[in-house]
Amino acid sequence: MIEVYFEKIVPLMLRGVPMTVLLMLYGTLLAAVLSFVFGLARLSRFAAVRGTASVLVELIRGTSLIVQLFWIYYALPHLGVELPKLPAAVIAIGVNYGAYGSEIVRSAILAVPREQREAAIALNFNSYQRMRHIIVPQALPRMLPPFGNLQVELLKGTALAYFIGLGEVFYRTMTQLNYYLYLLVPIFTGLLVIYFALSQLVLLLYRWAERRLAAGRM
Amino acid sequence: MNELIPALLRGLWITVQATFGAFALACALGLILAILRRARIKWVSVPMVWLIEFIRTTPLVVQAVFMWMALPRLIGMPLSALTVGILSLGLHYSAYLSEVYRSGIEGVPRGQWEAAVALNFSPAQKWLRIILPQAIPPVLPVMGNYLIVMFKEVPVLMAITLGEMLLAANSYIASTFADGIVPYSLVALFFLAVSYPSSLLVRLMERRLNRQRGTQYGNRIRNRRSRIRGERTV
Repeated sequence: MIEVYFEKIVPLMLRGVPMTVLLMLYGTLLAAVLSFVFGLARLSRFAAVRGTASVLVELIRGTSLIVQLFWIYYALPHLGVELPKLPAAVIAIGVNYGAYGSEIVRSAILAVPREQREAAIALNFNSYQRMRHIIVPQALPRMLPPFGNLQVELLKGTALAYFIGLGEVFYRTMTQLNYYLYLLVPIFTGLLVIYFALSQLVLLLYRWAERRLAAGRM
Repeated sequence: MNELIPALLRGLWITVQATFGAFALACALGLILAILRRARIKWVSVPMVWLIEFIRTTPLVVQAVFMWMALPRLIGMPLSALTVGILSLGLHYSAYLSEVYRSGIEGVPRGQWEAAVALNFSPAQKWLRIILPQAIPPVLPVMGNYLIVMFKEVPVLMAITLGEMLLAANSYIASTFADGIVPYSLVALFFLAVSYPSSLLVRLMERRLNRQRGTQYGNRIRNRRSRIRGERTV
């Protein structure tokens, strides 16, 4: 029994890890970009930009990730947009967590002391330079801890790709489960441990980045 | 269409039941976890820290399917999807809520703890009469947030055949060969229609609470909130 578990099942489960990690990385990339786009748009001078961004963010946050995933993968093809599994999952995850991330970006930027902005204006920086060289570098250390938590949420969210049949860890495990039902408990424990290990790895990386960014600043 | 909306409303009702059931469980279990975590005995507090971390950083879907398949075997009788759904959702969010309680408890000034000792209160009296009445009100808005987060997480439980809205939409699509646009859009709309007003309500509650007790109190709450590990917003 133990041999079957470690020689057959664990390798099968581990074969899904690259897909989970890939989905997480692409999802994170898209979410990070959208966090800044939405976050900055919600601080825009123009009411129209602010309003549009706020409505979009509320719309995304008010509906569930899994509903959005189903919509993108199962409903969108009827409107003529047929996406393969991985892009569909990446878009759903990236857009959903990007909306949550925009709040992190927004509040971190708002938390930068006003004088910094005023000093930048006094130094005749234009609005791009102000953001790029003064505001964002100071807001970044504040963003990292909540971004770390959000990234763990995102990692957990990748398990939902199981519903569209993308071959990540959870899906791979579920497709093998019927042959090894007598090993149900060890299989699921192993699966949870895989997710736990990945989460801890993510959090460790963030803690390392926080230390790097904090050096000489705070 | 004539069948779709009633089916979705039935799904909504099940979603609401699952949400409140799980929330009640998470509130109770989260408090127990938070108090055990503060235990002076290392053999209790350290495993609790890791247990909370483990529950919090692994996916709810996996936990739910695990419990759905393993629990009936373990206790030797079948369980309904709603029961397992409430158990798994409640357990998952008890880990989050324990962090919320923790921040509330840590925000209670030290003098209050000392007063409990000075007045010779028993541990039960100390918690029920002094600490919790001061620890919980400031974190109520955060708990409200989690209620909404949990509501939006219920469709994940379609993995264990819980007949909530998304599963209802799926069954409708399967039986009528309709395309998914209208059903899935309606599901999204229903979620929005419940969760957006609720989130406004929570925001209102937060503002009320701040105003009621003055800005100093509001700042204290904000400090407490910044200490909540892994807090999720709505």
